[in-house]
Amino acid sequence: MRKNLNVITAYSIMMGLIILVGIFQSWNIALSIFNLCLISAVMTMGANIQWGYAGLINFGIMGYTALGGLAAVLISVNPVQEAWSVGGLNILFSLLLIVVMVLAIRYALKKYEKSKLRTYIIATIIISGIIIIRFVSEPGIEAIEEVNPAKTGFLGGFGMPIIFSWIVGALFAGGLAFVIGKVALGLRADYLAIATLLISEIVIAIIKHEDWLTRGVKNVIGLKRPAPYEVNLQQTEWFINLVEKFNSGKLNLITDFAERQASLNKFVIEGSSIFVKLCYSGLFLIVVIILLILTQKALYSPWGRMMRAIRDNEEAANAMGKNVVKQHLLIFVLGSAIVGIAGAMLVTQDGLFTPGSYRPMRYTFLIWVMVIVGGSGNNFGAILGGFVVWFLWIEAAPIGLYLVNVTTVGLDDSHFLKVHLIESVPYFRFLMMGIGLLLIMRYRPKGILPEKIEIK
Amino acid sequence: MDFINAIILLLNYIFVPALTYGSQLALGAIFVTLIYGILRFANFATGDMMSFGTMVAILFTWYFQSLGLTLGVLPTALIAIPFAIIFMIFYMLLIDKLVFKYYRNQKSPPVQLAMVSIGVMFITQAVVRIIIGPSDRRFFDGEKFIIKAGEFKDITGLNEGLAIKSTQVITIFVTLILVSILFWFLNKTKTGKSMKAYSDNEDLALLSGIDPKKIVITTWIIAGILATIGGTLYGLDKSFKPFTYFNNMLPIFAAAIVGGIGNPFGAFLGGYVIAFSEILLTYAYKKFFMYVLPESMEPDGLVQLLSTDYKFAVSFSILVIVLLYRPSGIFKGKVL
Repeated sequence: MRKNLNVITAYSIMMGLIILVGIFQSWNIALSIFNLCLISAVMTMGANIQWGYAGLINFGIMGYTALGGLAAVLISVNPVQEAWSVGGLNILFSLLLIVVMVLAIRYALKKYEKSKLRTYIIATIIISGIIIIRFVSEPGIEAIEEVNPAKTGFLGGFGMPIIFSWIVGALFAGGLAFVIGKVALGLRADYLAIATLLISEIVIAIIKHEDWLTRGVKNVIGLKRPAPYEVNLQQTEWFINLVEKFNSGKLNLITDFAERQASLNKFVIEGSSIFVKLCYSGLFLIVVIILLILTQKALYSPWGRMMRAIRDNEEAANAMGKNVVKQHLLIFVLGSAIVGIAGAMLVTQDGLFTPGSYRPMRYTFLIWVMVIVGGSGNNFGAILGGFVVWFLWIEAAPIGLYLVNVTTVGLDDSHFLKVHLIESVPYFRFLMMGIGLLLIMRYRPKGILPEKIEIK
Repeated sequence: MDFINAIILLLNYIFVPALTYGSQLALGAIFVTLIYGILRFANFATGDMMSFGTMVAILFTWYFQSLGLTLGVLPTALIAIPFAIIFMIFYMLLIDKLVFKYYRNQKSPPVQLAMVSIGVMFITQAVVRIIIGPSDRRFFDGEKFIIKAGEFKDITGLNEGLAIKSTQVITIFVTLILVSILFWFLNKTKTGKSMKAYSDNEDLALLSGIDPKKIVITTWIIAGILATIGGTLYGLDKSFKPFTYFNNMLPIFAAAIVGGIGNPFGAFLGGYVIAFSEILLTYAYKKFFMYVLPESMEPDGLVQLLSTDYKFAVSFSILVIVLLYRPSGIFKGKVL
């Protein structure tokens, strides 16, 4: 108990802060912060597995998040029959061609020794493959994008419950990570960072511009939900009774019937959106807890010990007969898959998929700040990092506004400096993140909750 | 005649824009490569440092404009650049003293320095946005074109026009001068040579009495000059927007690595490699083939290898290919 004291204190303070937001701002805001904190925590756990367990830098988090989001779209949206009938065959045939291309490359890799000839053969296969695929897919893509472009203009998905996409998102992200890992894992640490960052940009470019698959920048809205809709809730008997029971104290004070009904209505509307958010919180909490148990088990297993050995001294681990390359690839795939889950969760919660909103600042660098601040190598630290940083990211604007008001208290309200500062309050969050990151890296380089390995 | 038209077409839409864009990338890439070679870390704050320098230049430009000071046909920003450079060098040295110095003295691994540079990136981004705001700024004044497309058509009697913007000429011209001075400095002067020595083998350089403090300061000064000029030229040619500058960091990294990291000359050429391949691969060649080929063979489609949406993707793919097949870059830098 005592040695976990700082973990418990840190988490209690964090929950206390969120509750304070609930009391002073509103429970709606507090819950939406809490939900995004949970999602950030999942992302941070993914990055932490790669960085904290194995020392791999992955700056491609944005790409996996977006792929998770794409999975949510492809799983939950109903298929667009018309689009399938006009262009489905071309697309399927192109997919087949891609598979053939990959197989051909694999065959060439196996058949020939490493040589110039092999490089040329592979280059020819790739270039001719791309040209053929373009010829085959172009008419299909055009036809698909012309089907009711204002509403659909894409193939749609499989029409399954969106919850499944959390698993599929993990598979997508893991698959991409497998390919990237095969290509890039041999690079030295900071080059791996740059390479993954650039590859994630390519992924985003594809998602943004392949409208037949993702609707691109036209966004997909109105995705299915695993939670009930507010409008339906407001009309269900048991929910209204529940709200009535909760607020009976306040309602009993009102004697006039019409007035009582009106305020009950207000409470129901407010309560319905809180209830929906609570549903999401429950689902996300389940994911976080399952992942936490799994990652903790892994950390203390022989496999976790081996990963730390590889991280701390690659050559020695290699000499002991551990397959460093294979283990790196494995952990790269596992971590990215977890990030993929988070991406799908995010889109599920928002109910919409907006490829244009994926930016490296928010989805890669911020997550890294979370990992570093929370404590790399420690799962509790990673989750805490997700909570603290997201909380500050959201609450930075009110804090910044308060600071501006305090420091410029002597100035007139219309003074240009004050107006300018108040306009730029949203950017104080960047300043806060930067200073926070630098301070933590300087004075507590292992994070708020540092890695602690006990030998059991 | 058709053949000349075709060449003018390529000049107008590919060669001149690519040369300009390449020059802008090249300056940034030399900046990245110098920091990497001498201070030994990947500087993720590159784009934002450039936007900081540009911001200062813009503020000075506005100030000069308000005084009524102009260069006539040339943009006022050219007078502002030297002042901006002084400011920028001061900023760079301040950051180095407050942030990077500690980790250098600790002999931290490059990864940690790269992480720290992310902190600097956040702060610089915030400072720029708080001071000048996130929106698009144009600060170009003076004569916009050297030759307008219409005038060119009138003079030569060709179908295709060649438009050359003055910013394009200024960019290429300034880049060439700056880079020549830089290479002269690195290869001929004592300080430059000691920088190279320090980059090749730190311990040996220290043993032979090279002062590391002086090397570090010189590096930041050169970096400040490159960042300010590169950023301002980009802003003059296109427009200044902090987010674009952050994004430009990616092709700049690609250029530095393609050219061989730690090798300034490689980085210089790398900038052009990236710029030309981006533009060559995403240009629609339909009109070109209409001039070159006989009418019966004219293509139906746009003859575009990749849609322009994939501009960035092109440079990144080149980077991945280079990393796979020649990890030391085309022009032999350090082995990664």
